[in-house]
Amino acid sequence: MDATTPTSVPATAPATVPALEAVGIGKRFGPVVANQGVDLRVERGEIHALLGENGAGKSTLVNILFGLYHADEGEVRVAGTPVQMDSPRDAIAHRIGMVHQHFQLVPVLTVAENIVLGDEPTHRRGLLDLDRAADEVVELATRYGLEVDPRATVEDLPVGMQQRVEILRALYRQADVLILDEPTAVLTPQETDQLLEVLRGLAADGVAIVFITHKLREVMALADRVTVMRGGRVVGTTAPSETDEAGLAEMMVGRSVVLRVAKTEARPTDAVLEVRDLHVHDSRGRPAVDGLSLEVRAGEILGIAGVEGNGQRELVEALTGLRHAHGGTVLLGGDDITNATPRTISERGVAHVPEDREKHGLVGPHSIADNLVLNRYFRSPYARRGIRHAAAVDEEARRLVADFDVRTASIASPARSLSGGNKQKVIAARELSQGARLLVAAQPTRGIDVGSIEFVHQQMVAQRDEGVAVLLVSAELDEILSLSDRIGVIFKGRLVAVADAGTLERTAIGRMMTGGADAD
Amino acid sequence: MSEPTNLLYRYRWWFFTALALVLFTLWTAEFQEAQTTAVLAATLRQSTPLVLGALCGILGERSGVINIGIEGQMLLSAFAGFLAASSSGDLLVGVATGVAVGMLMGAFLAFLSVSMQGDQIIAGTVLNISAMGITSFFFQQGRTLPSGKTSPIELGPLSDLPVLGRVFFSNRPLTYLTLLLVPVLWYGLFRTTWGLRTRAVGEHPSAAETVGVSVAGMRYLNLILGGGLAGLAGAYLSLESVGSFERLMTNGRGFVALAVMIFGRWNPVGAWGAALLFGYANAVQTQFQFRGWLTDDPQFVGMIPFVVTIVVVAGFVGRARPPAAIGQPYSRE
Amino acid sequence: MTLLRAAAVPLLSVVLAILVGGIIIELSGENALEAYRALYDGALANRKVFGRTLEKATPLVMGGLAVAFAFKAGLFNIGGQGQLVIGALFAAAVGYGVTGLPWIIHLPMALLVGGLAGAAWGMIPGLLKATRGAHEVITTIMLNFVAINLTDWLTANPWRQPGPITQTPRIEASAEIPRWGELPLGFGIAVAAALGCWYLLQRTTMGFEIRSVGLNPEAARYAGISVPKIVVLTMTISGFLAALGGAIETQGVVGRYEPGFNAGLGFNGITIALLARTHPIGVIPAALLVGAMEAGGSMMQFKADVQPEITEIIEALMLLFVATPVVVRWVLRRRETSDISVGAHWGDA
Repeated sequence: MDATTPTSVPATAPATVPALEAVGIGKRFGPVVANQGVDLRVERGEIHALLGENGAGKSTLVNILFGLYHADEGEVRVAGTPVQMDSPRDAIAHRIGMVHQHFQLVPVLTVAENIVLGDEPTHRRGLLDLDRAADEVVELATRYGLEVDPRATVEDLPVGMQQRVEILRALYRQADVLILDEPTAVLTPQETDQLLEVLRGLAADGVAIVFITHKLREVMALADRVTVMRGGRVVGTTAPSETDEAGLAEMMVGRSVVLRVAKTEARPTDAVLEVRDLHVHDSRGRPAVDGLSLEVRAGEILGIAGVEGNGQRELVEALTGLRHAHGGTVLLGGDDITNATPRTISERGVAHVPEDREKHGLVGPHSIADNLVLNRYFRSPYARRGIRHAAAVDEEARRLVADFDVRTASIASPARSLSGGNKQKVIAARELSQGARLLVAAQPTRGIDVGSIEFVHQQMVAQRDEGVAVLLVSAELDEILSLSDRIGVIFKGRLVAVADAGTLERTAIGRMMTGGADAD
Repeated sequence: MSEPTNLLYRYRWWFFTALALVLFTLWTAEFQEAQTTAVLAATLRQSTPLVLGALCGILGERSGVINIGIEGQMLLSAFAGFLAASSSGDLLVGVATGVAVGMLMGAFLAFLSVSMQGDQIIAGTVLNISAMGITSFFFQQGRTLPSGKTSPIELGPLSDLPVLGRVFFSNRPLTYLTLLLVPVLWYGLFRTTWGLRTRAVGEHPSAAETVGVSVAGMRYLNLILGGGLAGLAGAYLSLESVGSFERLMTNGRGFVALAVMIFGRWNPVGAWGAALLFGYANAVQTQFQFRGWLTDDPQFVGMIPFVVTIVVVAGFVGRARPPAAIGQPYSRE
Repeated sequence: MTLLRAAAVPLLSVVLAILVGGIIIELSGENALEAYRALYDGALANRKVFGRTLEKATPLVMGGLAVAFAFKAGLFNIGGQGQLVIGALFAAAVGYGVTGLPWIIHLPMALLVGGLAGAAWGMIPGLLKATRGAHEVITTIMLNFVAINLTDWLTANPWRQPGPITQTPRIEASAEIPRWGELPLGFGIAVAAALGCWYLLQRTTMGFEIRSVGLNPEAARYAGISVPKIVVLTMTISGFLAALGGAIETQGVVGRYEPGFNAGLGFNGITIALLARTHPIGVIPAALLVGAMEAGGSMMQFKADVQPEITEIIEALMLLFVATPVVVRWVLRRRETSDISVGAHWGDA
């Protein structure tokens, strides 16, 4: 089925009672207003998109609808009746199901165990009947076309499969309302099409579907109606047929958005990073990077596209010295840096913007100033003979906070008090200000606001123009397409294709991300 | 998760180790029945409080809470159980009191670590230090058990079997109870709703929460149940093993139990095997005396169980995978 | 003002513990006020008893520092007891075994050897954690038992003083830490160690690395800090601190090593470190408080007929209240976030 054709699910009958309704929802986290006066109305059999950029309050709203958060004000109505929702247990009792952005599955348990958890079939008092559980899962899976092996261990499944398990878990509980939080973020374009088809089938069965996304294309392709949120409030509700992508984008951001990154033609020179036949294992000792070779030249951005979990993380960690490479060589400017320590690699001129900025990029309780010198605190003038020199640290921090537009009251504040975008700016300031030859950026814009995204993208292009070699790893295909000079597609730990950015079609990349036939 | 069918294969090294130890025992006992029986019986005796302590640790960690306070739970239970038995004259009252005190301390640990979201290691240390202070202050010299300690129960003709009869079938009641608890808890953890939910909560609490399983509820339940087991271990020490209460009589067993838990890979049956090994390390002391080894340097024999614990923890913790969510307080918002 | 805020929870914990301790004394049929007056008489009333308090507080400062220092790297050193007896014994061995040196060499030499022996002992759990992922809580406790057996053996065999009592010979006068009137100078060494720890943690790159590892080991690793190196280093320094406490005790108070040396001291270190909220300078008042209770305990038994173990209960209560901020928070009506976390990396390989 062509995913770009708008569907023709019967329009909502205005007379019916909505399946799920939120009225005047308000929620604060300390001083931050996450939701204010939010109304949402979802009909039976309707696919309702909830659109907004990161931090708009979409996740807060659905977490309230699912009983995970408690609303400060407002009311949730299921089939017209106001309900008190204190925990997911209440939501499940009201036949609301949710597919979470970060899958809520227990990795070491089987598919069947995960699906029945909390509502288990039993022989006698408390004795599990896992055979019956498996049968019920198979029956359910066949009915909705979501085939999955009930006895497989969840951690061994690819993400697309894990998502099926999440959907099945909601269906097992006979959900009338299905909430999906950014379900396509981890899927390939082909997997996304499959998911959209499943959702259409469910809607045709009368299930009300709330579909959170920030991707306009999916809204246009799938939704019957769309509610747009910005800054914790609802901007408006409309139908895709009454607007277009640009209109939705303006509603979402509040101004017209430049969707493309302004950049000139790349002028690459010598190779800075050369990776040959690299082999790296994942944390469980299985091969994750499996004989990968690549080259990044000074003055170009090489974008690595791929479904998450195909070795990107292990590749980045091996390049930066954080993970042991079992085979192959990594050359930086011709010097062998394979399995050198992270400190050595950093000192040789490799900057690293890590994927998980909270966990890996910052020491949250340390001051912003200390975090800005985290890669050079030991060097003069920041320290001499092991004694730190606070004045020099503060001077540098003040300069970087100004240069990189970090919004903070004081450089002495703990880094954890910053917003996501400002945290990323602190990391970028630290990594880009040390005169690196190579920049390794993993998911550099995940979960940050549009303004910060634009800033980070501009900085990366500026680095490229100054002759830095940039390796960009991102699960956002749009980001790869708009920033990269060359694109590599990673699948099962190998680069299945590397080509100049202009020569690759979006759909072709999508097929290669799943190991499709185009891999050449 | 273990399937009973491949259990034999999975634990083959246990069986080989056990076999080697039995042969070693027979050799040091010069193949005399009396000595062999004595050593094996001592092994079982020494292992009993360790298994119970390890089971307490397993329930806690399988649901996501590290219990470093087992030592304190055992100590205070041993004390309270002894006091109750000594003043009531009824051993059953003593055991029940010991179990109840253990459960109370488990509930308190849950309060500190689950409700208060405190650091679990510090919460457990609070239990240990409190138990030491309370038992030292209220300790009275010269109290006795009017009824004596628990008496052995001979299991009919089984107890007449050579060696095995004396080792396994003529024990005291709490030892039998422990031998029963091991398979019961294994079955419970891997074959019941309670077990599935416990493991889910310890591996991925938010996943459990999103399907309506109460993380706090499961953690309270398991810490209280586990406290009961640690209390049983304490009652075993004062009422079945020694027959009186002595200061600091747990002597590090609560910590050794954690090593037993790790060595047994958070599995009740595995922990039982590990506890037997540790019990053997203790029992071997009598054997050394019997052969006249190291009698002038008892300190080295005394070190054995602790050194074995260190070796085991250092050698095995990296290879076994603990429940993923242990040590982290869980909160929804 | 911030000092007062930081000290509010510990202070209130102490007050509550003393109140509850008083209730226990009353319940056991004695007069609590009388008991606490006796405690004061025995701990603070004059220079002589205050000297005794300082003497008791000295190893407590060191034990508290050892725990607090390790906390800064996210490590929980419960092995203070073992490290302390090792330090005490080795200081005694150098104190009696090496003769003919002037005090200016002999005294610091014995201290240093004692401290380094404990540093080596503390390094073991550090290495086991860094290379094998063995949690330090288990290994340090086990090493306590091993250390006690080992020191007992050394005292009973190679380093035994001929005679019926199992103990080492008395140390030479040149290794003894002198007193200034009634006041033991060993306390000065402990205070200097506390200041040294503060400087190391706050002003040096090593301290920055230790704190970074303690607050976010993953980010520290990403920033190029070798976490295993910091773990080993921190445990070694922590062992040195505890052992130095033992060495001071040998050279300043006991004069020799005997089995049963200062039992239970290691656990007091935890109470003190938590009372001090892991601040190296805060360890000093916390140790003085506990030291005063220990010094006055015997007077309490003598004058008020209260068992000196009541001080153990009060110490346990202090730890309880300081680790359970809810009680205190309820009294203060404000939210208090815990800044101490050691449990999060349990079982990491």
